[in-house]
Amino acid sequence: MEAQSPSLALSQAIEPPGPDLDAPAALNASRIVRRYGGALALRGVDVVLRQGESVALFGPNGAGKTTLIRVLATLIRPTSGTLVVGGEDALRNASRARRLLGVVGHQTYLYGDLTPVENLRFYGRIYGIADLDARIDTVLRDVEMEHRADSPVRTLSRGMQQRVALARAILHQPLVLLLDEPDTGLDDDAQERLAALIRRWADLGGAVLFASHHIEWAARAADRAVVLREGRVASIVGPPIRDARDLFEAYRDGAGVLSRAVPAAC
Amino acid sequence: MLTFGRQVYAVLAKDALIERRTKDAVSAMLVFSLLVLVTFNFALDLRTEIMSAVGPGVLWTAVLLGSTLGLGRTFAIEREQGTLDGLLMAPLDRSALYVAKLLGNVGLMAIVLLVSVPLFAVLFDVALNPGPLLIILALGTLGFAAVGTLFSAIASHTRAREVMLPVLLFPVIVPILIGVVQATGLALGSTTARDMPWLSLLLGFDAIYVSLGALTFGHALED
Amino acid sequence: MSNGATARTGLVAATLVTSAVALAMIAFYVPNDRVQGVVQRIFYFHLPIAWIAYLAFFVVLVASIAYLMTRDAKWDTVARASVEIGVLFTTLVLITGSLWGKPIWNTWWSWDARLTTTLVLWFIYVGYIMLRSYTPDRERGARFGAIVGIVGFIDIPIVHFSVQWWRTLHPEPVVARSNPQLPIEMIVTLGISLLAMTLVYVTLMVYRTALERLRDENRELENEAAWDERAYA
Repeated sequence: MEAQSPSLALSQAIEPPGPDLDAPAALNASRIVRRYGGALALRGVDVVLRQGESVALFGPNGAGKTTLIRVLATLIRPTSGTLVVGGEDALRNASRARRLLGVVGHQTYLYGDLTPVENLRFYGRIYGIADLDARIDTVLRDVEMEHRADSPVRTLSRGMQQRVALARAILHQPLVLLLDEPDTGLDDDAQERLAALIRRWADLGGAVLFASHHIEWAARAADRAVVLREGRVASIVGPPIRDARDLFEAYRDGAGVLSRAVPAAC
Repeated sequence: MLTFGRQVYAVLAKDALIERRTKDAVSAMLVFSLLVLVTFNFALDLRTEIMSAVGPGVLWTAVLLGSTLGLGRTFAIEREQGTLDGLLMAPLDRSALYVAKLLGNVGLMAIVLLVSVPLFAVLFDVALNPGPLLIILALGTLGFAAVGTLFSAIASHTRAREVMLPVLLFPVIVPILIGVVQATGLALGSTTARDMPWLSLLLGFDAIYVSLGALTFGHALED
Repeated sequence: MSNGATARTGLVAATLVTSAVALAMIAFYVPNDRVQGVVQRIFYFHLPIAWIAYLAFFVVLVASIAYLMTRDAKWDTVARASVEIGVLFTTLVLITGSLWGKPIWNTWWSWDARLTTTLVLWFIYVGYIMLRSYTPDRERGARFGAIVGIVGFIDIPIVHFSVQWWRTLHPEPVVARSNPQLPIEMIVTLGISLLAMTLVYVTLMVYRTALERLRDENRELENEAAWDERAYA
């Protein structure tokens, strides 16, 4: 029962309906606990991402958003809990699970002295992508960076670097996209484009989880939202998110209170 | 197997491309090695008579000190640029990463040696025997790099990383140092070098350390 | 008294008794060495201490492999304790070796094969201790330590060979080579001394690992208290 990766280039976006509740979950994290020295950064978090849905992750600083994303990205091992990505046990077959994950973090994961093309070629070889050069052209066009494809990354603006980082994340057409505060430092235009790209990725059958502090922007890009507080899921909003006010209320709620009844699937 | 080779090539090509463009590592290593060589001249008053006895040691000390600089950078650059996480999140075989970084370091050390050894011969008026010398150089650098790459990964995650690498590396590679210095001495016709099967020692050492490195490297990186 | 405390008291008692017996035997029972006289008695300290140092580092090897395979912190505790004790014993080997050498060869230090290997060993495991203190994250420190613990021990025979070959033409002092025709009193004394050293090692290990465990518990309690404070703030 293997999940289907998005197989069309973004520039040929189609518009199917929302989350496919019948398909197996794209990502299923259960009872994730993560210890840092003596403290518990995550205290039993469950996350389920379905194909076709986009989920926003909120929480004050120190709530565990970045730690959760790093665990889901297989960067750090959970102290306990399970993680299944596209049917692969990420804790036992990390390599296979990693092929299905695309990550955009606080760092760009790009080599400043190399051009976007050289960076993508490197990662493309690691992932073993067929027709690599064609694929690189496609993703650079998707993120609208084809005009600066041959300038060293260190010469690009923050917004442009972010776009190339995004290209890197979708290069191998991952099933699940994880983004950690991808909107920071972007101007309004860039934020719009990013929200559109997140929406399109979900529409193409992928699953997206992104952490953000920006409630209005997130409301545009997400089907539902999860609020993290002190290492636990404090509340879940949607689907659907009718407007940003839903999120404001959930965000302001006290710790440990579910703000509305949620279907068992979430 | 094919994937392994492709990934090793990918990392190696990437590092080679960066190095060719910035020349950061090679220049630092070269300058430092040559500087040490010249410093020895002032420190030791290296007259030709004692050169055959002391020469190999002087050469390899300079190479070792210079190489430590390059070895230390192996993962420092990945950490500084924040790209180490990118490597770890990719389906990149940790052993492939080790082999690629190891080969990269061997390459860097080879460049340094190709410049230092002739210069050493010129500065101190020593006759060279290129054939056996090349084998010795190859085996020596492989051993240094095998342990150095592994310990560099460890040291780059600690607080005093410039100090930590030499502190861990130097005691462990004592056998290589002894081996290459003695073997170089024999190759240069020294009468004080011990006639023992040094090349076998180096070969055995290299085999053990490359295997150990490939096996334990993954543990040095993951969190 | 609980079972654990009883056992520990018994262990300490056994250690003290055996050590006293060993000291007495070294001082009075064993005859003088024909060649070296009284000074040779350091040998009954030097050799067992050296063996225990190697034992300690072997324990580090086993604990390191076990840690990497199971990720159970108790193996790391064993490794850390054994490294510290091993370094202590190695320092004593170097000191007793030096004290022994001065009257015999009239020099505080000779670069003979065994002492040199021991010196390199000392640096390897001192490096381990430095590494642990420079790695703030405990779990990472445990992993790094385990790697160095494995690499270091495997290095020992290689260092030994290379140093020995290096020193082939160097006159090997008679004392460094073990005499197969040792009289029975010497063998017995050596045996008792070795037993005493082993007990000292075990006692130190028991107390050092217990100390480490208490420290860990303390840290956990502190951290939980900090979290609870935040939750109720």
